[in-house]
Amino acid sequence: MDINTLSVLMGLTVLGAASGVLGAFALLRRKALLSDTLAHATLPGVCLAYLMGGKQMGWLLMGAFVSGLVGIGAVSVITRRSRLKEDAALAITLSVFFGFGMVLLTGIQRWGDGHQSGLDRFLFGQAAALLPHEVLHLTLACLLILMVVSILFKEFALLCFDRAYAQVLGLPVAVLDALLMGLIALIVVLGLQSAGALLMVALMITPAAAARLWTHRLSAMVGLSVLFGMLTAIGGVLVSAFYGRLPTGPVMVLLASGLFFASLVLRRQ
Amino acid sequence: MRLEIRDLTVVYNGKPAIHNITLTVHGGVLTGVVGPNGAGKSTLLKAILGLVPRAAGEVWLNGVRLDKPRGEIAYVPQRGSVEWDFPVNVLDVVLMGTYARLPIGRRPGRAERDWALECLRQVGLESLWHRQIGELSGGQQQRVFLARALAQNAPVYLLDEPLAGVDAVTEQVIIEQLHHLRDQGRLVLMVHHDLQTVRDCFDEVVLLNEHLIAAGRVDAVMTRENLQRTYGGKLMFLQDMD
Repeated sequence: MDINTLSVLMGLTVLGAASGVLGAFALLRRKALLSDTLAHATLPGVCLAYLMGGKQMGWLLMGAFVSGLVGIGAVSVITRRSRLKEDAALAITLSVFFGFGMVLLTGIQRWGDGHQSGLDRFLFGQAAALLPHEVLHLTLACLLILMVVSILFKEFALLCFDRAYAQVLGLPVAVLDALLMGLIALIVVLGLQSAGALLMVALMITPAAAARLWTHRLSAMVGLSVLFGMLTAIGGVLVSAFYGRLPTGPVMVLLASGLFFASLVLRRQ
Repeated sequence: MRLEIRDLTVVYNGKPAIHNITLTVHGGVLTGVVGPNGAGKSTLLKAILGLVPRAAGEVWLNGVRLDKPRGEIAYVPQRGSVEWDFPVNVLDVVLMGTYARLPIGRRPGRAERDWALECLRQVGLESLWHRQIGELSGGQQQRVFLARALAQNAPVYLLDEPLAGVDAVTEQVIIEQLHHLRDQGRLVLMVHHDLQTVRDCFDEVVLLNEHLIAAGRVDAVMTRENLQRTYGGKLMFLQDMD
């Protein structure tokens, strides 16, 4: 194994851990589908940032982050300003944003210099293409996420279980809710290069869902979700590196689903 | 101890749910809120707590205006307000009552655990502390919520129909604990659905049907005329009450 694969492996292990933690809270706060919509909604942001002239990864990811947040904002506006329920708002937002992103991406690849742009790896992920300094930034950002969640663990737990009671105790619930959603947006963007916009949610929600089947304690669930997330990410890197440059996202989906179905069978009631 | 509600109005979807409620509730007194379905009883509690927006009015606790409580009011919500298959056990839920005193970033420690166990003992559930909350009966779940409020150790207790659909043991435990809180001088305000037990449960009662109908000592308030005004034609057993 070369040094590059090793560094990617390290970065993805930390990414898997952070995804597992946030996936657990996203699942319990019933934000699983919202996270998926957010991930799909990042695509036009990546393309627009590219068209605006920047080819630097940090700039592209900034575009993805902003676009993802706009997507969440759209869901919130639709549910509050119309009589539509959240599922309709999610379906509309996900498809509109992703469709727009695909139009831009195809345009860039056909008419621009885009066949070398590498933008298509934002669709399905290509972990092996991560450069060493990108791995470093990814790792630091994920460690920051893990730190924030470990500091606010009891607050996030109470927010997910009983938001009204958290408010009665004087917790800043709106700020905590926004922060949790911001962290979810951050992890989705961090995972774009590795897992891709279409399948990033698999690295978050599936390990958490598998972990949920094993335990009735939140701390144990989060711990297991971290473990499953790391296994998924490591497996994704190794399989896609050694078997003919398969895109990492689909490989991780299959691995995470394997863990989930095994949990389902072993823990059936 | 004094909780003053002044001209409180709450509007849901353009329709007023409670109108101009002005009311003073005192510590050391067990006060019931009684009225028909849809009278705004739960809304009154939520408006006091700042959980629903107030269209007008103020709440004052001991002469200090209260817009957003910070743990000084313990709240026992209706059982249906949370998901009981959430991955927490009984002790975890009771420990949440101690969070008001723990700074952000601090996890509950030994002292909080001992205190939470003591609160569970008071509601008779200490042997079930490790159970997942979904495994409990409805009455036991209600007692866990009460234990969480006890763990908060607050001067004011607001309870939303804690006796609805619970078993006899739970009813007895809850009433016993509320009497205990009252005897310590705390303020207890509880939404109640069963007219026939009002006299046994409370010292004072508030009759509510969107408007405040009457408030005061149970004997003075629970008159045929007041009940008629609160329940209208829906009251079938007035004769039994007299």
